[in-house]
Amino acid sequence: MDKKYFVSSSPHIYAQDSIPKIMYTVILTLVPAAIGSIYFFGLRALWIIAIAAVSAVATEALLQIMMKRPVTVYDGSAILTGILLAYNVAPSVPLWLPAVGSFFAIAVGKMVFGGLGHNPMNPALLGRAFLLASWPTHMTIFSAAVPKGGTVSGIDAITTATPLNVLKAAQEVLRHPQNFSPAQKMEASEAIGQLYDSLRELFIGRIGGCIGETSTLLLLIGAAFLMYKRYIGWKIPFTYVGTVALLSWIFGGADGLFSGNPIFHVLSGGLILGAFYMATDMVTTPITFAGRVYFGVGCGVITVVIRQFGGYPEGVSYSILLMNLLTPLLDRWTRPRVFGGKKTG
Amino acid sequence: MGFMSSKSFSGGIHPPASKKITESSSIVKCPAPPAVIIPMQQHIGAPAKPIVAAGDAVRIGDPVSESGGFVSVPSHASVSGTVSAIEARPHPLGGKVLSVVIENDGQEKWRDDIGFDAKYAELSRKEIINRIQAAGLAGMGGATFPTHVKLSPPPDKKIDTLILNGAECEPYLTADHRLMLEEPERIIRGMEILFKVLGAKSGAIGIESNKMDAIKVLRQKIAELNLPFKVYALHVKYPQGAEKQLIKAIINRRVPAGGLPMDIGCVVHNVGTAAAVYDAVAYRRPLVERVVTITGAGIKSPKNLQVPIGTPFSHVFNQCNGLTQDAGKIIMGGPMMGLAQSDIEAPVIKGTSGLLVLTEKQSRRKQELPCISCAHCVDACPMGLLPKMLGQFVKHERFDDAESYHVLDCIECGSCAFVCPANINLVHWIKNGKLRVMQKRKKAN
Repeated sequence: MDKKYFVSSSPHIYAQDSIPKIMYTVILTLVPAAIGSIYFFGLRALWIIAIAAVSAVATEALLQIMMKRPVTVYDGSAILTGILLAYNVAPSVPLWLPAVGSFFAIAVGKMVFGGLGHNPMNPALLGRAFLLASWPTHMTIFSAAVPKGGTVSGIDAITTATPLNVLKAAQEVLRHPQNFSPAQKMEASEAIGQLYDSLRELFIGRIGGCIGETSTLLLLIGAAFLMYKRYIGWKIPFTYVGTVALLSWIFGGADGLFSGNPIFHVLSGGLILGAFYMATDMVTTPITFAGRVYFGVGCGVITVVIRQFGGYPEGVSYSILLMNLLTPLLDRWTRPRVFGGKKTG
Repeated sequence: MGFMSSKSFSGGIHPPASKKITESSSIVKCPAPPAVIIPMQQHIGAPAKPIVAAGDAVRIGDPVSESGGFVSVPSHASVSGTVSAIEARPHPLGGKVLSVVIENDGQEKWRDDIGFDAKYAELSRKEIINRIQAAGLAGMGGATFPTHVKLSPPPDKKIDTLILNGAECEPYLTADHRLMLEEPERIIRGMEILFKVLGAKSGAIGIESNKMDAIKVLRQKIAELNLPFKVYALHVKYPQGAEKQLIKAIINRRVPAGGLPMDIGCVVHNVGTAAAVYDAVAYRRPLVERVVTITGAGIKSPKNLQVPIGTPFSHVFNQCNGLTQDAGKIIMGGPMMGLAQSDIEAPVIKGTSGLLVLTEKQSRRKQELPCISCAHCVDACPMGLLPKMLGQFVKHERFDDAESYHVLDCIECGSCAFVCPANINLVHWIKNGKLRVMQKRKKAN
């Protein structure tokens, strides 16, 4: 018989998963939050998302052509990076900003290291950090979410501080009462009271903040599907959010220990987006069970330290980037016990 | 690694079972081929030595080779006729192996002394083990470890538990399933013999719960024969039938890394081996045929066949109306651990549980992409290894690192490569790494 048969190592059957399938599924689960951002911030949000995604794809394709490597932009990873970067900028930024951010994220955050699978840090977050360092004013002025029908002044968006900005400023007043007038102190207390009363708005996303981070509800809908598909695990997001909640309760209040409002801290800022979509990025997070738990806890600790004691109101991005750098070590320190073996370090 | 019930193990995967194709097909006798090829190596251990010469007349059951050592078994003629050659022939495990070729005279004459021995129950332990070795028994689940060796543990290893493996967790394969349904008496009688030889205190049969009919049949047979054995319905999860995982699931003990089941007082035999033990001890009948599942989309009429050992694959396929036009890959064994075959003139051997034929479309490997560290391989590994790391270490020839990450503990079940979304053939790299680490160790000694 002359016919030649395929010969290869076992196994000979495979699950139907693939990298593009994973990437496009993650993108799909981000759609509810995108729709929410258009509802809250207007069509401008869509433009920013589109520009960031196109810039990311174009950057990757261009660099791959220049480096004479196969062009693999259709795997969806660049689109995802672009979308996540857009989710991390304010809706009021000039339109060139997301384009530059995506370029940096892909060029410096990913391609420099060899492309998909080789980057040590989350490219989208690196892009955000770059933008924040280069154009801090653009990156820290936020539009408030405006109810449909516009505001009294007739414009579609008003500039406002994010809930975390407000909290940080108010806490500053209450922690150093000697420097402020009684009226200021009263105002600060009221501001915090209002913030804590607005948890429902925080959950839905009718607040100031970055494009994709404001609606906890819509993000969690997408994340739940990803967990069901097992594209993200429970270990990192739950330990991350849990750590932030616990530490914010202990250290987050103006009236001493155990006076913080953990729910407020969990719902505000980029925590939900970060914990479920950035800290779960496969490439830059540990592969071991224990490594993932430590990663989540570490992110939580750093986030709270930055929020409570640092110069920035928000610490999600930097906490994840710092923990990304620890990933190889975490993997080495937390090697699982081999079946029937003794614990290895 | 996380919470788990005592009737299972951690890790593992759920591949499509694909057993519907042949699970209701009764075992059919495969007509003997015009010539059989009996390789001298059908077991783990020293090759057997031919004891016949070209031109010799043989009957079914006549030994054609003798053991090449303690960890070795003889082989027997599976047809009657004339030895036509003793030469190297294609072997399903790859390459060519010295084989005894017998032209079939079509007479089906058996060796005279084979027949029921009513006094077999009175045989001593030693006599039973001798009969088992003389019958050429090697594990029929696929690993082909000589059966008598597993029955002769060193005196310091006390065996308290005998486990029969009827899990048949490999997709597609139904040979053990059919055997359990159709030959429960041989299996249970064989188990009784093994139990006695080992002096075990408890006997268990592990079967995946997708074969409830087999579980029922064996339970009935055990009750009928009034034996103290238990049948366990196990989670349907691959690799439930891997020895270490099976022991963990049934008696919740862990074989130490690098150790053997006998280190924890346990011996595991395949259900097919148990049936062959009964034949060997009660009938002095050597292992000359076995049940093989011939299946897959590349085969025209899938079947469970009772095939004489040494029958070329091509002859077996002819009994199933041949291969389809688009047949692309031939696998001996199941799709998870089976070996791809390049030559369809290679023979069925004692460890051939199945012949799986996939279509060309099913056989094409998707392009390998960079690893994205999704850790699906880590979650799937039933041995607690980090397949992603092992694959990368071997690729970069870092064999010392591979060794310190326990590459030798890999059981090659294929779960990691099955789930990999980047289509990385982790088993290929890891097998390679195991080989290199073992070579290195040999050199060091």
